[in-house]
Amino acid sequence: MLLAFAALVNAFVTSDFSVLNVAQNSHSTKPMLYKISGAWGNHEGSLLLWALILSLFGAMVACFGRNLPPSLRARTLAIQGMIALGFLAFMLFTSNPFDRILAPPSDGAGLNPLLQDPGLAFHPPFLYFGYVGLSISFSFAVAALIEGKVDAAWARWVRPWTLAAWCGLTVGIGLGSWWAYYELGWGGFWFWDPVENASFMPWLAATALLHSAIVVEKRDALKSWTILLAIVAFSMSLLGTFLVRSGVLTSVHAFATDPERGVFILALLAVTVGGSLTLFAIRAPKLQTTGVFQPISREGALLLNNLFLSAAAATVLLGTLYPLFLDVLDAGKVSVGPPFFNATFGPLMAPVLGAMVIGPFLSWKRADFRQAMQKLWLGVAAAVTAIVLVLILSGVEGILPAVGVGAAVWIICGTLLELADRVKLARVPLTESWRRARRTPRAAYGMTVAHLGVGLVVAGVLGATVFKTESIQNMKPGDTVDVAGYTFTLDRVERLQGPNYQAERGVFRISTDGEQFATVNAERRAYPVEGDTTTEAGIHTTWVADLYAVIGEGSPTAGWTTRIYHNPLVPWICLGTIVMSLGGVISLTDRRLRIGAPSRRRAPTGGSSSPAPAPAE
Amino acid sequence: MRLISAVFLALSLLASPAAAVLPDEVLDDPALESRARELSLELRCLVCQNQSIDDSNAELARDLRLLVRERLVAGDTNEEAMAYIRARYGDFVLLRPPVQRSTYLLWFGPIGIVFAGIAIVIVTSRRRRKNAAAATPSAPLSSTERTRLDAALAREDDNGDRA
Amino acid sequence: MRRLLYFLPLVICLGIALFFYRGLDLNPRDLPSALINKPAPEFSLPALPGRDIQRADDGLARTDLTTGKPVVVNVWASWCIPCVAEHPLVDRLAKREGVTVHGINYRDRPDAAAAWLKRLGDPYAKVGKDESGRVSIDWGVYGVPETYVIDGNGVILYRHAGALSPEILERKILPLVKGAG
Repeated sequence: MLLAFAALVNAFVTSDFSVLNVAQNSHSTKPMLYKISGAWGNHEGSLLLWALILSLFGAMVACFGRNLPPSLRARTLAIQGMIALGFLAFMLFTSNPFDRILAPPSDGAGLNPLLQDPGLAFHPPFLYFGYVGLSISFSFAVAALIEGKVDAAWARWVRPWTLAAWCGLTVGIGLGSWWAYYELGWGGFWFWDPVENASFMPWLAATALLHSAIVVEKRDALKSWTILLAIVAFSMSLLGTFLVRSGVLTSVHAFATDPERGVFILALLAVTVGGSLTLFAIRAPKLQTTGVFQPISREGALLLNNLFLSAAAATVLLGTLYPLFLDVLDAGKVSVGPPFFNATFGPLMAPVLGAMVIGPFLSWKRADFRQAMQKLWLGVAAAVTAIVLVLILSGVEGILPAVGVGAAVWIICGTLLELADRVKLARVPLTESWRRARRTPRAAYGMTVAHLGVGLVVAGVLGATVFKTESIQNMKPGDTVDVAGYTFTLDRVERLQGPNYQAERGVFRISTDGEQFATVNAERRAYPVEGDTTTEAGIHTTWVADLYAVIGEGSPTAGWTTRIYHNPLVPWICLGTIVMSLGGVISLTDRRLRIGAPSRRRAPTGGSSSPAPAPAE
Repeated sequence: MRLISAVFLALSLLASPAAAVLPDEVLDDPALESRARELSLELRCLVCQNQSIDDSNAELARDLRLLVRERLVAGDTNEEAMAYIRARYGDFVLLRPPVQRSTYLLWFGPIGIVFAGIAIVIVTSRRRRKNAAAATPSAPLSSTERTRLDAALAREDDNGDRA
Repeated sequence: MRRLLYFLPLVICLGIALFFYRGLDLNPRDLPSALINKPAPEFSLPALPGRDIQRADDGLARTDLTTGKPVVVNVWASWCIPCVAEHPLVDRLAKREGVTVHGINYRDRPDAAAAWLKRLGDPYAKVGKDESGRVSIDWGVYGVPETYVIDGNGVILYRHAGALSPEILERKILPLVKGAG
């Protein structure tokens, strides 16, 4: 697999145009990074990348899963192998990346200029790492169903792999969103495009899975749900593959479509998902659950989390597929766009954001809600204050922006309060708190960091959508425009030549109170080979806001169209995504997860290998 | 079929997501202009892949943006302006699907899923609780048992866990 | 009862797969006209100067669609490549099949449009020029070429978006024109 992939990359790097794939997607003047990333910037190459990562993960399970019970490991690897077989067959029969052209052209058709970008070069590998990592969770789940047993040990095995996949997926989605933000020229970062949704649904399912597995491990409950989530998460990954390549839905992301490929992937999908769900239907009822819990408890909070995350994923699926559904039934053509998703997704996530903060304060099995809320009073107060402040001070209409800010404050405060409570800050001497902090398991820090990341993302999303300022005008060199207290001056517009493009660049000087502090370059690039133009926004970030300039068409006589934006808190979207992933990585470094299920033969040494009671995260 | 794609590709300007709203389109009245922007975000660019007319720099998108502004300046309410465009292009042009019989499933689906989920949880937990109650005896704890329990809980507390 | 619940995910999945299977044959970008079986919009377009077929009443208006005879309206432009491809079929419709075909010249430069007709042939009975594209918006036009079949009373019976093909001509357009006549 590695050899095959290396061969394809080599063909791109050396601009071997006798390979059809290279001729269709590359060009000799393309910068090297994009020659390499062009290897996976097309349908066939990306499939090869899928297969490569599939086999890598299989290899890792074989290698690092040495302390898995042999039957589980064997079954998991077998299923993994079957999935890989499906993909390889797909490539062999319909999408061979190594097809040759008999009369190689002197140069290639080039790569879509939009893809010639560092953010987008790395977006697929991270995404695929996530998608394929979920195949491991899937294989584990199916293996458990075959074996007929889901227990705490299984949950312990599944979590690290799911966590790793989740981290990759988070970064992949973040990269894509960040790219859209600086490339598409108006500061948008999420469009509810079908293929974006196709990456978001597995993410939602994987998040639910991660949390659900905790309950299986700690309390031997929510088993069916967890297994189902593991199957669903990977199914959503496969669904994404199908949507991008089949032409069934309109999307900016779609690769060149071909019905033959569509049928093949559909068959792959039907067999994999259908087979596993049939197994689920037959075997899941036999799973024994011993954990019982009250609605108000940590399990209850995690169950609520499960429920609403799953509902959110189902809603995104519903909205994405609905136009197809009606079209097939000949019941008309509708569009389901951002207005629908924004109206439904937000409300569904609200309970999740609430449970995320309250949950860690609740004890297992049966909790005292009032006691938990008492510990959180500071968070509630801060959130309410924020809401009131926003309503009074900001010029924005409507209650929703204020509520959104309140939510972000609630999450950040609440998460920090949880950490403070865990180390008994201000209730015991500082040295005692420090001692407790040192003994807190890494997974707990992982949770804190990851949840903080969520708060940052919520804040960033609000800034980007509700609090941004936009200014559209025509400018000539020397003109200035004021946006949100910052003065932008168009210094000059110059022409320049890039490696495979010609560009018109507008240089903007940014000053505040008369003092200049930044310069940004906004470009319009024309790629002669591909015949496309792109815009590159000039962005200066203060880390609490972005100052964003775009230059459009124009001439020295008529002036140029310019768009200037002040985007408060937007950097936090990207930052928050990274922080979330960081939280995941921190959790992964927790030795308890990697050692796996506790061995009952070892004497409890009061450390990472003690079997029970396991500290909560 | 491929020719059709060529037409739409020519018109779609998919790969040049440069400027959308141009300075000469911006209305003088900021209130009207902001209404126009709001409405533009709700209208689909028919020659693009999933963009609103506000985001797209296709010619048809610009035409529709100008048309929306024209209607607003002529005194249409938001609903009237949208209805004007919908009469010409059908439901497909609306990015927010209208609530009608064919879309009830779409709009009420999410809340339906939540309720269904809650119902499933209640039903399965009730059965589980019945089984558990039948299985476990419910004798109260003796004092020694209680002391041991408290000690165990206190120990848990030490590890940074919640009792 | 509880057992059946476990089959729900499978049932949903199979349902979705079925929809995908049928959906593979559909084109998600095909847009049906909102004006089918509705009267054509009220409009009046000026003539295209420079046409070989000089007629005093050139230009196109709604009154031309309510003559009692079904007509075909073809939306075209000189910058549109598929229009070149479908031109022979429009020609066939007008000359061989004897159907009255009117044209709407969409967002074009009049001299380029006239030159295009001179170069390829002018099959149209009357041509209205829609330089701003506003009238075409009233028709629900979203691309070129588009072809409409109108019955004798000005009601739009059918719209084909994209270049014509012999199948569309034979299976959809001709039957409607002959049938409505």
